[in-house]
Amino acid sequence: MLAPAITREADSVGTPTRVTFPYRPPGRSADGKRCPVLVVGAGPVGLTVALDLARRGVDVTLIDEKDTVSVGSRAICWAKRTLEIWDRLGVAAPMVAKGVTWNRGRVFLRDGPLYSFDLQSEGGEKFPAFINLQQYYVEQLLAEAAMAMPGLDVRWKHGLAAIEPHADGVRATIATPDGEYVLDCAWLVAADGVRSAVRRAIGLDFQGQVFEDRFLIADVRMKASFPTERWFWFDPPFHPGQSTLLHRQADDVWRIDFQLGRDADPEREKEPSRVLARVKAMLGPQAEVSLEWASVYTFQCRRLARFREGRVIFAGDSAHVVSPFGARGGNGGIQDADNLAWKLAAVLQGAAPPSLLDSYDAERVQAADENILNSTRSTDFLTPKSAASRAFRDAALALAQDHPFARALVNSGRLSLPATHDASPLNTPDAADQNFAAAMRPGSPAANAPLFDGNRSLWLLDRLGKDGFTVLRFAATSDEHRADVAPMEKLQGVSCVTVGLNGATGMLRDAEGLAARRYDAGPGTTYLIRPDQHVAARWRRPDLDAIRAALARAQGRAA
Amino acid sequence: MSTSLAAHPNIPTPDAFYAELIELHRGLSDEQSRLVNAKLILLLANQVGDLGVLRAAMAAARAGVA
Ligand SMILES: Cc1cc2nc3c(=O)[nH]c(=O)nc-3n(C[C@H](O)[C@H](O)[C@H](O)COP(=O)(O)OP(=O)(O)OC[C@H]3O[C@@H](n4cnc5c(N)ncnc54)[C@H](O)[C@@H]3O)c2cc1C
Repeated sequence: MLAPAITREADSVGTPTRVTFPYRPPGRSADGKRCPVLVVGAGPVGLTVALDLARRGVDVTLIDEKDTVSVGSRAICWAKRTLEIWDRLGVAAPMVAKGVTWNRGRVFLRDGPLYSFDLQSEGGEKFPAFINLQQYYVEQLLAEAAMAMPGLDVRWKHGLAAIEPHADGVRATIATPDGEYVLDCAWLVAADGVRSAVRRAIGLDFQGQVFEDRFLIADVRMKASFPTERWFWFDPPFHPGQSTLLHRQADDVWRIDFQLGRDADPEREKEPSRVLARVKAMLGPQAEVSLEWASVYTFQCRRLARFREGRVIFAGDSAHVVSPFGARGGNGGIQDADNLAWKLAAVLQGAAPPSLLDSYDAERVQAADENILNSTRSTDFLTPKSAASRAFRDAALALAQDHPFARALVNSGRLSLPATHDASPLNTPDAADQNFAAAMRPGSPAANAPLFDGNRSLWLLDRLGKDGFTVLRFAATSDEHRADVAPMEKLQGVSCVTVGLNGATGMLRDAEGLAARRYDAGPGTTYLIRPDQHVAARWRRPDLDAIRAALARAQGRAA
Repeated sequence: MSTSLAAHPNIPTPDAFYAELIELHRGLSDEQSRLVNAKLILLLANQVGDLGVLRAAMAAARAGVA
């Protein structure tokens, strides 16, 4: 058996919060019929990919071996891009309402502040840099949406027991409290987490780095007046020689990570009295705190060599795993789902050849490597493995207060940003003479901007990607808009969105000029946006043939 | 006149630089690491060349240490 890639060595439970979902025994309809997609695992990633597929008109079966949400101290920080993806699926609003919003981080050294950073200084965004929301709430909200979704069959307490991969599909054996049954599917999405049964059944292993340092991750309930910010301490007086991270979550629950070092005894460290003593050392003896959950973890930064094996596709923790500094695990997995769903739907609906799915592997391996690199560097900074490395860490910290350059070297986590797929085979590179100045480029997630539709305010991303590819155009006059848009509307499976420049009316209005700036747009500027809201191509002047060619390329149909 | 130190980030990819700096020491004993660091300081000092800047850097490095 493979070692679990993130090892939870010991738990201590206070008041677990969990809902249960209805189990249905396998009916007669459950066997015999072949389903287009079987998603294994109803964690954040499996739920998101299943919802996205169903919204794109694909019949999906989603199974999970349990009938409840995740327990314990797991993901809390969900990034702006994740919220944008969930918004496309109609589930972001309740997450934001239930979660707590934050944009700012502060770093402390010993008993004093070192510096702070703002992750979203520019504004003009629908979503904050992050919300904090316990993973069990995220899963509950996603599960409720999934169970209400037509075309999506969610089966709780149906666990994958075995698989038999074939050239044109996968035969799955599924275990329930009422016995096993067989389900044939054309494609299987393995979203079954870090201990992936699918990965083990195929005999694949993770490659990468394993860290020895232990961390105590505690969720405590308390009324506290800390601002809603990410606070990180190096060598604080209440936990000398180690680091500590504090985050607020929903319901007056706070996440505190205590670095323990390599030699800590996980069994002893998770004892509630000992955990509470650490928390009180931090907050003062008067603090009224109760323990919701505590676990001792070690971390790894590793991935599968490739994320597609014939008709089996890996997404989320089954494909890659990182240490939590940077919140790149769950957020990276949600981007896997975003990247995969439209491609799988296009293949199943005959709009793209199966080879389009090779671009899922290319793009998400690149993203996983970026997440692994960032998480590995953060973990290395926090847990120096040699005297030289520790000396540089201490030197960077010592300089950081007075010398701003050194703050850039201090690494308490590089927080999750979506990958730009620069080398993607689906991109059409800018033509040489087009001189786009925007940071966005082919492969980037599309920027958001506030707009008006008549008197109604909306966001640009509300209009991108929901029904497939989008041609996004910028026009200076409504005549120009009408003349150019007519031929575009003949493009198959593509919707057209036009944004007016300099207050032009008769189309979407660029409320604050941010769309024009973020897209570096002039009259005629045209973007081809993928269903996952990434930029496929862009031009200074619209050209139907060029758009057709870029579309074919982005659907994997290029000759 | 006294020359001041660059206060603002001047290294284009600080995380990548830091990782290479740590990698440079991989597998060295503490004594070997000290030697590598001392050589590195001398190489960089020669590259900087300006005695005013070097004095300012030495003072900043010493500040707060015994
Ligand atoms: C301490 C800690 C803090 C973290 N903080 C963050 C954070 O702030 N932000 C962030 O983005 N990420 C964070 N992460 C990472 C995040 O929790 C994971 O990346 C995320 O849960 C991955 O989601 P997933 O859906 O791929 O897998 P999982 O959440 O593990 O879900 C897998 C699902 O598959 C089911 N399953 C397993 N085997 C089978 C089977 N044989 N048959 C059927 N079903 C099966 C399981 O029951 C489970 O529901 C953190 C992780 C830890 C440990």
